[in-house]
Amino acid sequence: MSKLHVTTKINGDEVEFLCDPRETLLDVLRDRLGLTGAKEGCGTGDCGACSVTVDGRLVCSCLMLGAEAEGKEIATVEGIAEGEALHPLQKKFIEYAALQCGICTPGILVAAKNLLEKNPDPTEEQVRYWLAGNLCRCTGYDKIIRAVMDTAAEMREAS
Amino acid sequence: MHYHRPATFEDAVALATGSEGVTRFLAGGTDVLVQMRADIVTPDTLIDIKAIPGTHEIARQEDGGWRIGVAVTGAEMREHAELGRDWPGLVEAMDLIGSTQVQGRATLTGNLCNASPAADSVPAMIAAGVTATITGPGGTRTVPVEEIPAGPGKTTLARGEIITALHVPPRGTEGGDAYLRFIPRTEMDIAVVGCGVNLTVEGDTITHARMALGAVAPTAVLVHAAEDALVGRTLDEDALTALADLAEASCNPIDDKRGTIKFRTHVAGVLARRTAKIAFDRAKGAAK
Repeated sequence: MSKLHVTTKINGDEVEFLCDPRETLLDVLRDRLGLTGAKEGCGTGDCGACSVTVDGRLVCSCLMLGAEAEGKEIATVEGIAEGEALHPLQKKFIEYAALQCGICTPGILVAAKNLLEKNPDPTEEQVRYWLAGNLCRCTGYDKIIRAVMDTAAEMREAS
Repeated sequence: MHYHRPATFEDAVALATGSEGVTRFLAGGTDVLVQMRADIVTPDTLIDIKAIPGTHEIARQEDGGWRIGVAVTGAEMREHAELGRDWPGLVEAMDLIGSTQVQGRATLTGNLCNASPAADSVPAMIAAGVTATITGPGGTRTVPVEEIPAGPGKTTLARGEIITALHVPPRGTEGGDAYLRFIPRTEMDIAVVGCGVNLTVEGDTITHARMALGAVAPTAVLVHAAEDALVGRTLDEDALTALADLAEASCNPIDDKRGTIKFRTHVAGVLARRTAKIAFDRAKGAAK
């Protein structure tokens, strides 16, 4: 079985890789490209720990094949900070202690960033529905929601 | 497994017809990839149809209806304001499926071809009168979507046949549709019962009615008698009771952890009433 050659863009960088046709984008990110920010929680699209964006659209990277990344623009949690400078969401997550074990955090950051890009002023209900596909078994969600709401408010003031 | 990304439906059909073993078409992959991972389905050939031109388009047709490409995602439908004004029930049904992440990939056609009895978009499509164009080795045909699911996980599509587009009829000036489902939580669950209703009115009088139920039989059920029960009258208490009785009588559900036969049957009647009321209000609102 020959491998597929895929050319894509990840966090702004041109990337080429070879993958088996059965490999998911999550497998490729973690095992071939060393981008281990996206986590495998369930592998069936239920938990959101593997969330990335593809051409600006939030998806589970476990529900997409690596081969489907051809010609796409992928964004992962590794691209959220600019060098050492954390994104406002990352700062707020630390400030609010919106994480404990941290497995869900990369997916939640990617999902929350995607929401704020589409809707800079979401209601709490909108945030909760948007993040309904990101499971967290530690925090009880409340600190996550508050961190996202406060980030949104701060980013609106800053802009 | 061989992965193909054909540029035309003709090539997709040729690949599917010429391949041996298990073939799957790949659109959003939200069911196919889960089945592959769980070893429920192990395709020898996977045909990704997303590079075929037109598969990502939602296009208004000359007659006022809509053509929805087979790779159009739930998120794209939700963001299409005009489609949502015409067919809010259809768009809401699709939007109920899964999370934001799943919406970024899942498609109407995929939901139809996965052939789950509990598929949320299917009763809404049946109520709306959606048809599917199918291309295969024997040519092209167009069928109502209710003829595609054959039972859990099975469709009436022959080997090598593929849906190339879905067609939503023109809304007209005085029509409205709605879809409701029952789940024991608010989000991220599979329908215990789903109900889609599509009504056209003249003033207070119903001139056209279709109702379909999901998760109460091996396939979504078009309740044919709903048309006779509603047409020519308004949506008063008697009409709602008649509709609820028809819904209950159309149920042939299973007992499982999501709900008993008795519960599902009862809920079908309740949802029929509630969904019809929303569709009627929307039809009247559209009439202004």
